Amino acid sequence: MGTKGRCLVSSRKDPDVPKTGQSGLSRRGFMQGIGVGSGALGAGILENEAQAAPPPGGFSGPAAVPITLRINGKSTNLTVEPRVTLVDALRNHLDMTGAKKVCDRATCGACTVIMSGKVVYACSVLAIDAQGKDIQTIEGIGSGNKPHPVSVAFVHNDAQQCGYCTPGFVMAAKGFLDRNPNPTFEQVEKGLGGNLCRCGTYVGVRQAVLEAAKEMKGGKNA
Amino acid sequence: MKWFDYECPRTVEAAVGLLSAPGRKVRALAGGTDLLVQLRAGRREADLVVDIKEIGELNELRLDSSGLTIGAAVPCYRIYNDPAICRAYPGLIDAVSLIGGTQIQGRASLGGNLANAAPSADAVPILIALGAQCLIAGPGGPRSLPVEDFCVAPGRNALAPGELLVSIHLAPPLPGSGAAYLRFIPRNEMDIAVVGAGASVVLKGNVFAAARIALASVAPVPLFVADAGDSLIGKPVDEASINAAAEIARAAAKPITDMRGTAEYRRHLCGVMTRRAIARAIARGKETN
Ligand SMILES: Cc1cc2nc3c(=O)[nH]c(=O)nc-3n(C[C@H](O)[C@H](O)[C@H](O)COP(=O)(O)OP(=O)(O)OC[C@H]3O[C@@H](n4cnc5c(N)ncnc54)[C@H](O)[C@@H]3O)c2cc1C
Ligand code: FES
Ligand code: FES
Repeated sequence: MGTKGRCLVSSRKDPDVPKTGQSGLSRRGFMQGIGVGSGALGAGILENEAQAAPPPGGFSGPAAVPITLRINGKSTNLTVEPRVTLVDALRNHLDMTGAKKVCDRATCGACTVIMSGKVVYACSVLAIDAQGKDIQTIEGIGSGNKPHPVSVAFVHNDAQQCGYCTPGFVMAAKGFLDRNPNPTFEQVEKGLGGNLCRCGTYVGVRQAVLEAAKEMKGGKNA
Repeated sequence: MKWFDYECPRTVEAAVGLLSAPGRKVRALAGGTDLLVQLRAGRREADLVVDIKEIGELNELRLDSSGLTIGAAVPCYRIYNDPAICRAYPGLIDAVSLIGGTQIQGRASLGGNLANAAPSADAVPILIALGAQCLIAGPGGPRSLPVEDFCVAPGRNALAPGELLVSIHLAPPLPGSGAAYLRFIPRNEMDIAVVGAGASVVLKGNVFAAARIALASVAPVPLFVADAGDSLIGKPVDEASINAAAEIARAAAKPITDMRGTAEYRRHLCGVMTRRAIARAIARGKETN
């Protein structure tokens, strides 16, 4: 259970973001309207925010708010608007461009990362909602000198052409193998059903996953 | 995606307070697999997003003598990873294990599937067939509603402003009960139902003691065909009874024509899928008899 509820409204203003006044209410006026005398609110957000430092009053956002993400074992502080997705936070704010943004609508799998041990589409998770979770990206599972066995198996099996879907496939495959160390061909097919490859490398990908499963037996590498 | 504010309350009361915020377009956020896609495409609007995943009651998944309680924010994978739930409610497992792919199942909740109120939502027909109840919290206090009354129009549910779906409750399975959900799609997976059929039966020997049938993607809302289930009650468990019930379901369907199939094709499929769902429910009922 995370720290999500405690994020603060940042004092930093993003010029691209409309002021709260857009809804016809100033933030202060809005809080006066519902905050006082609303037991539910009083017990909920106000208390959470009170735990966290000077209370500016109001909701988190729409301007950028400070958040902390735990990525590849390291905690990273950044400042993003609540609407920023995890894939945009990685790519645009943290310069981690391994997760690709292709469909941006939870369909293709190119943005796949592992969050709390489960594969997710990073384009469909808000960065602010990813706080307090362990996030693993393609950058965190091996390097050029010491690639992860799944990446090695992709190379062996020609499991990519243009390569744009590949980081997502590798992460989906790793997440799948973490849970299914001895998969059948059918399980691989189904387990990777959330990833699309426009170049049609599916045959190679499935072989690669089966090969990686063999290589990784006995916890040789993880 | 347009800007919005974000809050992550810890209690149902706080969430209801936020959802009731005057002058605000507020949306609850569970897995976000529908909501974020819709916000980005401009198909829904929100200026305040209330993340409901940190609320205890909404994460509850409890199987006991009173049945099964599924917190509204519980993602699909938690349901099918529980062996006791798989044994007790295989019909529900049919549905939750075919929603999206792995990446979706790690996030997508049953509550979101229901609250999104898509005519094609895969979890809804089986919940109707199993006689599930929605537990709702709101500014006016808690209330419960049968699942078949929850979806009121495409994309619209029965929640009043400020109301939150807290959990879904299923009664304990009776001896001789079985249920199944089947979906027809043109691909192997990752597609929207052309037709889906959920059936639950209770068998006493070779006779139907109870039955409920509901369909996906053949009406503006998931369709409860009470008459089809009722027609089975007291009838022998044989092909003639099943065919008669399937015919009632076929006739009740009011499908549209779209890129996934013509209305006529869908109506035909309703009969076929209902027959098969009942047959599978019967097979499971016999195992528990
Ligand atoms: C690639 C892909 C494949 C998919 N495949 C399928 C499929 O095969 N079958 C299928 O049925 N669906 C499918 N879906 C749709 C989707 O995954 C489901 O409808 C999902 O169950 C929604 O749950 P969620 O937790 O993500 O909801 P969210 O997106 O968080 O919310 C959905 C809606 O419900 C509201 N809401 C959520 N929880 C509550 C609550 N407790 N109280 C009040 N309102 C609430 C939200 O405000 C929002 O309007 C797919 C989606 C994608 C992107
Ligand atoms: S970019 Fe996220 S699924 Fe396609
Ligand atoms: S290798 Fe080109 S999209 Fe997969």
